Amino acid sequence: MLESILITVATAATPLLIAAIGELVVERSGVLNLGVEGMMIMGAITGFAVALTTGSPWLGIFAAIIVGALVSLLFGFLTLTLVTNQVATGLALTLFGLGLSGMIGESFVGRPGIRLGTLDIPVLGDLPLVGRLIFGQDPLFYISIMLTAAVAYFLFSTRAGLMLRAVGDNHVSAHAQGIKVVRIRYLAVMFGGACAGLAGAYLSLVYTPQWVENMTAGRGWIALALVVFASWRPWRVVAGAYLFGGVTIGQLHAQAQALAIPSQLLSSLPYLATIAVLVIISRNRRLTMMNTPASLGRPFVPDR
Amino acid sequence: MKHTLKAIAAAAVMAFAANGQALAQDKTKACFIYVGPIGDFGWSYQHHQGLLDVEEAMGDAVETAYLESVPEGADAERAIERFARSGCDIIFTTSFGYMDPTNKVAGRFPDVKFEHATGYKREHPNVSTYNSRFYEGRYIQGVIAAKMSEAGVAGYIASFPIPEVVMGINAFVLGAQSINPEFKVKVVWANTWFDPGKEADAAKALIDQGVDIITQHTDSTAPMQVAADRGIKAFGQASDMIEFGPETQLTSIVDDWGPYYIERVKAVHEGTWEQVDVWAGLKEGHVVMAPYKNMPDDVAALAKETEEKIRSGEFHPFTGPIKKQDGSDWLAEGEVADDATLLGMNFYVEGVDDQLPN
Repeated sequence: MLESILITVATAATPLLIAAIGELVVERSGVLNLGVEGMMIMGAITGFAVALTTGSPWLGIFAAIIVGALVSLLFGFLTLTLVTNQVATGLALTLFGLGLSGMIGESFVGRPGIRLGTLDIPVLGDLPLVGRLIFGQDPLFYISIMLTAAVAYFLFSTRAGLMLRAVGDNHVSAHAQGIKVVRIRYLAVMFGGACAGLAGAYLSLVYTPQWVENMTAGRGWIALALVVFASWRPWRVVAGAYLFGGVTIGQLHAQAQALAIPSQLLSSLPYLATIAVLVIISRNRRLTMMNTPASLGRPFVPDR
Repeated sequence: MKHTLKAIAAAAVMAFAANGQALAQDKTKACFIYVGPIGDFGWSYQHHQGLLDVEEAMGDAVETAYLESVPEGADAERAIERFARSGCDIIFTTSFGYMDPTNKVAGRFPDVKFEHATGYKREHPNVSTYNSRFYEGRYIQGVIAAKMSEAGVAGYIASFPIPEVVMGINAFVLGAQSINPEFKVKVVWANTWFDPGKEADAAKALIDQGVDIITQHTDSTAPMQVAADRGIKAFGQASDMIEFGPETQLTSIVDDWGPYYIERVKAVHEGTWEQVDVWAGLKEGHVVMAPYKNMPDDVAALAKETEEKIRSGEFHPFTGPIKKQDGSDWLAEGEVADDATLLGMNFYVEGVDDQLPN
């Protein structure tokens, strides 16, 4: 039972992790994209529709990544080239995505989808307790962990990562040093969009293989919150996503056990736990300040 | 959020409609407000099917409009009022939480007819309420569950602790205990009507806790898929979900709102509309059971027999003796619960393995 609970937790945490790791890179470059929910839902419908039409979940996932990146490109064009307000544009992107996906998806309602299979490694997968947990999950679970490792390495151990953080911390000095601020931000925004698209595809191809309007049900917003929770550190996003997923699943089990705790309180536990941890880790203000991208959300016009 | 886009489109349509009014003076405008997206394949989807039935039945005599994903609360009041101002003749508000906003707006627009689903407040002569006796279907599901379950425990994914949902849980338990007095029901409150991911997680949690039948009072098809994945049986909700579990769905309570909507919109059209409080079930065809599948013939026969008894009025699911969860007496031998008690139900009957949130 424990094994199956842990797998359920991993399934709940993975889409949050993927979307949040993408947004983390975006925010590290100094851009605040509140459109995660909209990009995610676009990824969900694209992944579902392409997988169902072609019969290949992998093609669906690939298409979702592309569409996520394309939608974010729209956000990039508005906020980076036309220098519109990032908060307003991000919110508009969410509304746009939810509306458009509902329209595209109208003919896909009520049709069972295709599930992306899990890995099936003989011997290793049969190990007690950890067998299925480590060796028998869906491929995207492994990709989410590798993605985190790659982002952590990129941000803190490569020159390009240093440039991206420089842009996010002080775009004026970065510009003065000859770093192409807008180009780097475009790339970061597109990476974030691709991740959100992938996270959306995870929902419609792995989590619940079906299409229904609004199926992201606010997960994009949770991913956004996780980035702040993680104080813009990749591995802390993993901790946050799994804490959130763990408490979510845990409270459902507590309810099924008929514990004498009001279900409304149990339902709010994931949020309470996240806030509690956030309060504890942000007690060290200097450390928090150090991690926050100083130019976050501030517009940049190169020749000003 | 999506309704913002739709609202803009609707506003454009309304403006156009206003221009064309000279042409179509005697058109009746029927408006609908949904709590979820019409693509939820559950509650809101079925109400929208009702709207389509109205269009089909009345053709040019009717004009329709709808708003979807309208949150219960302050937003609902604005949405209802906007409809009332825009020339709707009859407005259907299709969720329990629209009860107070509907009555509030109705007071300000005495010429517009209001129809509120699943509520009990009719504060103005232009407000009707209508509901379906879903508990009749839930009782049948309980009977089937007790016959089909090897573990003797079913999992129940519930939305919010309102009378409608509590009544459903009780009916399910009573049905199950009519077969197996020891039958247990585990309840998980999702605290949402619609979140496929969370509903799936709740189903997984229940299955991990040992239930081998899943039933739900939330609106997505996700629990059905989880049940299919784990190889257990489940009941659908609001619409026939057999596509999502061809070897999983035992039956489903299908809400058929079409006949009622056609009747009411026609009444407005012909000027015969009167305030009513309708609570119809299997007999009137508001509640329809999806085909009994994936069960042995004798179980299907028993389910059909139970359905027939309820339909004919020979049997009422809430017939005594019934004790409340705390062991106190509720209904004496042969006593039948009255509708008012059912509509305000805020207690469990004996045998529910859960604490009712309050």
